[in-house]
This record gives sequence, C-alpha cells and structure tokens, in this order.
Amino acid sequence: MGSGNDILLKLRGDTAAEQIKLGKRLDARKFDEYRQIEITNDISKNADGSAKVKIGNTEVIAGIKMILGEPYPDSPDKGTIAVGSELLPLASPDFEVGPPREAAIELARVVDRGIRESKCIDFKDLCIREGEKVWIVFIDFYVTNNDGNLFDTAALACISSLLQTKIPKVEDDVIVKGEYTKSLKIARKPIMCTFAKVANKIVLDPSLFEEKAMTTRFSIATTEDEYFSAFQKGGNGTFTVKEIDYTLETAMKKAKEIRKKL
Amino acid sequence: MAKKEKKIEYLKNGKRPDGRKVDDIRGIKIEAGVLEKAQGSAYLEWGQNKILAGVFGPREALPKHTQNPLRAFVKFNYRMATFSVPDRKNPRPARREIEISKVSSEALESSIFLERFPNTSIDVFVEIFDSNAGSRVAALTAAAVALTDAGVPMRDLVSGCSFGKVDGNMMVDLTKEEEDADDAVDIPIAILPKTEEIVLLQMDGLLKKKEWDEAIELGIKGCKEVYRFQKEALRKAYLGAEKESAKEGAKDSAKEAKKSTKDEAKGSDI
Repeated sequence: MGSGNDILLKLRGDTAAEQIKLGKRLDARKFDEYRQIEITNDISKNADGSAKVKIGNTEVIAGIKMILGEPYPDSPDKGTIAVGSELLPLASPDFEVGPPREAAIELARVVDRGIRESKCIDFKDLCIREGEKVWIVFIDFYVTNNDGNLFDTAALACISSLLQTKIPKVEDDVIVKGEYTKSLKIARKPIMCTFAKVANKIVLDPSLFEEKAMTTRFSIATTEDEYFSAFQKGGNGTFTVKEIDYTLETAMKKAKEIRKKL
Repeated sequence: MAKKEKKIEYLKNGKRPDGRKVDDIRGIKIEAGVLEKAQGSAYLEWGQNKILAGVFGPREALPKHTQNPLRAFVKFNYRMATFSVPDRKNPRPARREIEISKVSSEALESSIFLERFPNTSIDVFVEIFDSNAGSRVAALTAAAVALTDAGVPMRDLVSGCSFGKVDGNMMVDLTKEEEDADDAVDIPIAILPKTEEIVLLQMDGLLKKKEWDEAIELGIKGCKEVYRFQKEALRKAYLGAEKESAKEGAKDSAKEAKKSTKDEAKGSDI
C-alpha cells in the first residue's frame, strides 16, 4: 500500500468508474466490446506449440511441451493436461519474483478448467500404452504485460498454442527431439469471456483501470456447440441471478467472434 | 484397475441412489461455539463431510505491509486433513485448497462490514476431517456461523450449496458418486440469503444455458435450506443458553455478558 503507482492506479480506477456511471468507458469502448485482439502463432521453435496473444496492451505468451508419463491408476487409458502460469515481474510492478501466489494459481486453474472440461482434448487420444505410457500436455503461459483481463488473454493464448501443437515422434519410449508425427487433435475451441462489475454496471474485457474499480468479476468459458465449460466468480462484490444471465448470453455471442480469429 | 463395475441408475422413479429427490439436500447438523480458544467457531456435518471452523479477529493484520488503512480483509484457510479423502492427501496446501481459500475469502468479505476495522485481518480457519463432495460450500457455510459466533458484524449470513447435472438430470447437493457420472457438472454457489445476491459461483463440466436456467432455482433453494440450519444452530447456541442460565440464575455472569455482546453484534435477524 501507499506507493505512487498504487495511488495513480486508484485515481485512474475512480475515473474509469465515473465514466462507466455515465455510460462511457475511458477508451471509448461499448460495455460489451473487446479491445483489439491480436494472435501470433508459433513464437517458440523449441515448443511443441506456442502463441502470443494481445488483448489491448495485455500480453500473454503460451507454449506447449508434450511429455511422456505414467497414467493415473484410476484412468489407465488416459493422458492428461497440466496448466501452469507465471505472472512475470516484468509484466507489472505488482508482480513479484517467487513461487505462484493465489492470484496466479486461480488464473491457471480457471484456464485449465475451461480447456479440460470443454473436452476439446480426448484424453484417450493421449494414451500410448494402457497403464504404462501416456502423453502429459504441459500448457504453460507467461504474462508479459498486465493491462487487465488476464483470464481471457491467457485462455486464448493456451487454446491458440494447443491448435498449433504437434505430437513428437517416440522411439523405444523416448521422444525424438525435433521430429513430429501428427498434430494434436483439438475437437473444440473453448473461449473465455470475463466481465467486471464497476459502478454497479457490467463491462466486458475490463482494462487494468477498470479492474482497480471493480467490485467483482465473472469469467465464462464457452464452446462453439454452445456449452459452458467453466465459470469463476472473483472479487468481494455480488451478482444477481439476472446479471449472471446477461453475462452468460453475452459471453456466448462474443466468443463466436473471437473464435473466428483462431 | 477395472472399468466402472456397473451402470449406476442416478435417478429412478424420481429417487437418487441415496433416496433423495432432485431438490433434497443431504442431512446437515451445525453447532456453534464449539471451540474454547477461538473467538468464534462452528462444527458442521453435511452428509459425510465433517468440518470444524474457527475465527480469530478482527485482529491486527500481520505482516504489517498487508494492512489496509481503509478496511479489514478476510484470510480464509481451507485445509483438508490427510485422511479426509480416499487416498492420503499430501499435507502441503494444494493448489486446489489455495484457490478455494481465495474465492471463499472473497465470498465472506462481501457480507462483512470491512470498513469498520481498518488495518485488521479476520482469520478464518476451516479443517475438513471427512469429505464426500461439496466440501467447499460446507466449509463456507460453517465459516459463516463461526464468524457470527465471533461477533463479526455482517450484512447477512453466507449460505452455500452445490448443484449441477448428473446423467442428464439437474439436481442439488451432489455426492461423490453423482459427481463421477460421465456428464456430471458441479456448480458450487453461495448467496446472501436475504437478497439472493451471489457471492461465490464456480462451475466445471459441459452445461447448456437451458440447463442452467432449470438448475439455478434449485441452487438458490438449496442455499436457503442451508440458511435455515445455520439460523437454527445460532438460535440454539444463544437463545437456548440464555434460557438455561435464566433458570439456573446468574451463575456465570461473565460468560453471559460475553454471549449478549455477541448477540448484539449478530443483528436482529437471527
């Protein structure tokens, strides 16, 4: 508390809230409008799949590593995924060096659920030999600039990297580096949409200033066949059932537009 | 390992495997004020879940740099005992526990008058000793009773319940067996029961909007049922105690004084 940066952010947040009260946003967006979205694929040659995603000035880089592992005893014919997040200290004065704290853990787990529960990857496809060898898809993302709405940016970077992912060649249970057999099969494209409640109004894709002024947020992952695959409410404010309904309907519509960019 | 032994019938003639209807919650037992040293506490049994909650605070937030001069914050600690799940749980806090603690802190904060206690933390410790699905909403429910027992001023209790989809049917308060259905969707929710404002909401699984519309009412109804048990527990702990002490005469006036200050802080609704 009390650093110059905090005070400035608080004041900008207050201004964002005043504008929203008047039906406007600081960057002149509509309440249900995203900032510009940019996707750059294949940004890391060593990764089995990778992407950089920008939503406005928020930037996340994600990469995939396919690793050979043993299946869980209760699902011998299934591989799995693991999502890891890092809020890099270079991305914001608020981020510190060290093991992930609760914000980073929540972020990774919500992105994980959006992907996992959408069943976009059939875990049985990841089985090499039942009970012995399976693929574990490590999805790791790094936040490189935080200007608000990390959930949607990270989720988009992860699904975008998965869509680029190739399965490494395996000989005698060892991965042959740099050689690939085929692309990882992705059956659905889950998209996350996050709403913030600021000055008692609901805005899509909150900027950092809007996040400073928000009382609560709600993230929703949806699929092209109109399923929800994950919800997460955060923050110490409240939503009415009616407000949740509005966010669910809007998320379904907005995700369709974003999905076209993949 | 064997595959699923047999196909479970999740809903037969309107009855679930344990005999409940789709809108029935499992049995709940709550007792307030069960711990001696904690400022407020509660013990809760909900189905197979067994949970102890203890509250300290508002007390000076430490380390000092965490203090907020404008308000208090809630530090919720959701922990599972190593033996509370089928396999032994690693005692180290897991990522799941950290996430649950975060969203539960936020859920409780939405009810507490935080601005009355600048620079303090309200520490909530919840330990799960046995579990069978729905432990996060059970933990939150127990914590709300413990906070009330501690005399922390709140706008309302926080009441949680889970609901979701099992084998195509929407129902409330899923068991582990039901959560293991192929298409299962679990939705933990917590509300401020008087206004029905949502303070916690999560979901994983594949869910259609139509199914949500059908199920959300079940969820809210479940929370309100839980609320009844919470109020009953507090009534028993305070009004019951008062009656008894009136009979016995003012044997322990110090204890009674403490109870009545707690009652004031609780507000008139309970």
